[in-house]
Amino acid sequence: MKKDLLGIRELSAEDIQHVLDTASGFKGVLERDIKKVPTLRGKTMVNLFFEPSTRTRMSFELAGKRLSMDVANVSVPSSSVVKGESLLDTIRTMEAYGADIVVIRHASSGVPHLLSGSVAASIVNAGDGFNEHPTQALLDLFTIRQHKGRLEGLTVAIVGDVAHSRVAKSNVYAMGKLGMTIRLIGPPTLIPSGVESLPGVEVYHTMEEGLPGADVVMQLRIQKERQEGGFFPSIHEYADLYILNSRRLAMARPDAIVMHPGPLNRGVEISSDVADGERSVILDQVQNGVAVRMAVLYLLAGGWVSSGTSGQQEELASSA
Amino acid sequence: MKKTYLIRNGRVVDPGSGVDGLFNILVASGRIDDVLPPEQEVPQTDEIVDATGCYVLPGLVDLHTHLREPGFEYKETIASGTRAAVNGGFTAVCCMPNTRPINDEPAITRYIQKKADTDGACCVYPIGAITRGQAGESLTEMGGLVEAGCVGFSDDGKPVMSSLIMRRALEYSQIFKVPIISHAEDATLSGRGVMNEGITAVQLGLRGIPNASEDVMVARDIALSELTGGRLHIAHVSTEGSVRLIRDAKKRGVRVTAETCPHYFTLTEKETLGYNTAAKVNPPLRTDRDVQAVREGLADGTFDAIATDHAPHHREEKAAAFDDAPPGISGLETAVGLCLGLVHDGTISLARLVEMMSLNPCRIINIPVRSIQKGAEANLVIVDPATVWTVDPLTFVSRGRNTPFEGRHLKGRPVFTFVSGEAFACQ
Repeated sequence: MKKDLLGIRELSAEDIQHVLDTASGFKGVLERDIKKVPTLRGKTMVNLFFEPSTRTRMSFELAGKRLSMDVANVSVPSSSVVKGESLLDTIRTMEAYGADIVVIRHASSGVPHLLSGSVAASIVNAGDGFNEHPTQALLDLFTIRQHKGRLEGLTVAIVGDVAHSRVAKSNVYAMGKLGMTIRLIGPPTLIPSGVESLPGVEVYHTMEEGLPGADVVMQLRIQKERQEGGFFPSIHEYADLYILNSRRLAMARPDAIVMHPGPLNRGVEISSDVADGERSVILDQVQNGVAVRMAVLYLLAGGWVSSGTSGQQEELASSA
Repeated sequence: MKKTYLIRNGRVVDPGSGVDGLFNILVASGRIDDVLPPEQEVPQTDEIVDATGCYVLPGLVDLHTHLREPGFEYKETIASGTRAAVNGGFTAVCCMPNTRPINDEPAITRYIQKKADTDGACCVYPIGAITRGQAGESLTEMGGLVEAGCVGFSDDGKPVMSSLIMRRALEYSQIFKVPIISHAEDATLSGRGVMNEGITAVQLGLRGIPNASEDVMVARDIALSELTGGRLHIAHVSTEGSVRLIRDAKKRGVRVTAETCPHYFTLTEKETLGYNTAAKVNPPLRTDRDVQAVREGLADGTFDAIATDHAPHHREEKAAAFDDAPPGISGLETAVGLCLGLVHDGTISLARLVEMMSLNPCRIINIPVRSIQKGAEANLVIVDPATVWTVDPLTFVSRGRNTPFEGRHLKGRPVFTFVSGEAFACQ
């Protein structure tokens, strides 16, 4: 039985499949007229965000509300925490308010891990530093499975700032566990050394080398401030080298799908015709995010009993 | 009137005076009154300390301690830090200047000296800052600082990034025949790094500090020492590359000495897994390869000294995100146990350990060597080499309980420390 979702690293392949299977049930709920089930009525979720976020926070909030949870959002600028209340005091306060699940985002890696040991409430990592963003990887996998019908054996190209991307990290761990091939494509300054030693990982520095044969192309968001860090000379050159446009997409498999965790830098890492094109599944990712997060909340609140029982599916259906 | 002591039947090891054997030691009026073979009759004393099965060594001297006072008394004070030192077998410590205010003016040095006189449990030798405010821009008034009691200079905690300022420091300090102690780190390469760069950092999502960050500065400072003839001491060496550079420099006759710390010959970056802030230290814990290289450097004489880099922090400060926790390990009270490990596993001899923890530190900062001979001031430590004990930070005398060695079983520990003829029982 699991208390927290801190990262993909702590999950087994069976755990991951179990979340995806559970999410399938909730996707059905979201397609109904009344997109709400009473499953977690009376439970309380707090979104504790130390970093600004619109999408992830909203996705968690909707997931909680669709499960009839009471949801509170707390945004804390990191700077004020440093000066005042300690992280541990903050989380204990949330628990004292009756939070059953606390969803945490923080700019420093390991904060969810630090806090999980101090409270009985379940902790869900909604992104910590450069470490992990597990629910994003889960929704990415869910979306890939939806379009490809399978996961094992697929080749996924992840393009861009891998070094500073928790999304890439969680996907690398998840895809490695599920027998997928991960091609990390980016400038050597943005690919951490040693990453090629992780299961399933191959490293390329050009799109021309990395894209051929890819079933999925996932573009990462590039942060403009990396330019000041000397990681690349200009956004212009970065776009020249790593933008996904229709010419480059043609190098991947003809049925390759295009993904992006958002928000998009159009014209920098992705061209508009590709982002809005028929092979883009970017909006599916957004929709699936709610279903996957519902599954995570449901499993943590109900007790994460080992993998893949059909009983849970039935229970879901009846509660709906 | 100080008590008189008989330290009976211990194995006295003092390479400085060429002694290694069983002796009875008489202590009176703060001095070693006599060193006698066990068969010889001994006079009556106030107290008898049975040292059977124990080593009796010259008092240990730590080249690298953070006493935190003035300014950070919540982490450590001169009183608590020197008591921790004595509890760990040390009879003298060099305190680093990164206090608040920074020890960059004679008045601060005098304050530390005065506090050490009233509150201190052992000798305190202040290290002054190389540059004003440790800002790396202009030299401190080294003459005044030496006169006030500083025995060396360091901007420890921060590198002197300007090669020119470092050159000037290595030149100017020669007037006073004191060492420049280099915190060898290229701040631009370290950036906002918090642990060793490599796959472990990638897996934790933490920013890394590459070995090259240390290596390039060690290489630079050796070159500047060669250029100027200045006395260079490299602090807390952690990398394979530094060991190689120092070894080569010594072969060429460069006036460089070097220290490493117990954690760099014992632990690797794996200690940080789980975001263990107790293992956050600067320079960071490295890899097996570096640990091995450091141990080779200890064995072949590349290193002159083992220092603790005792860096106490408050519990609340370490109970933070890994990025935000301050680097440092409270090291005074685990040093002897960890260093004896090097003797137990045959890496170095006991005599060499005594050289690195007592004699050479004295030589590096030009203070009288601690020795066990008739007439010498009674600064010595009795070490039980055999008892296995478990590190429990709650028993530390230091206010800093931040140690990655918690729960570790160590073989050997100090049992009595004599400071100027006064005996302290170690806990």
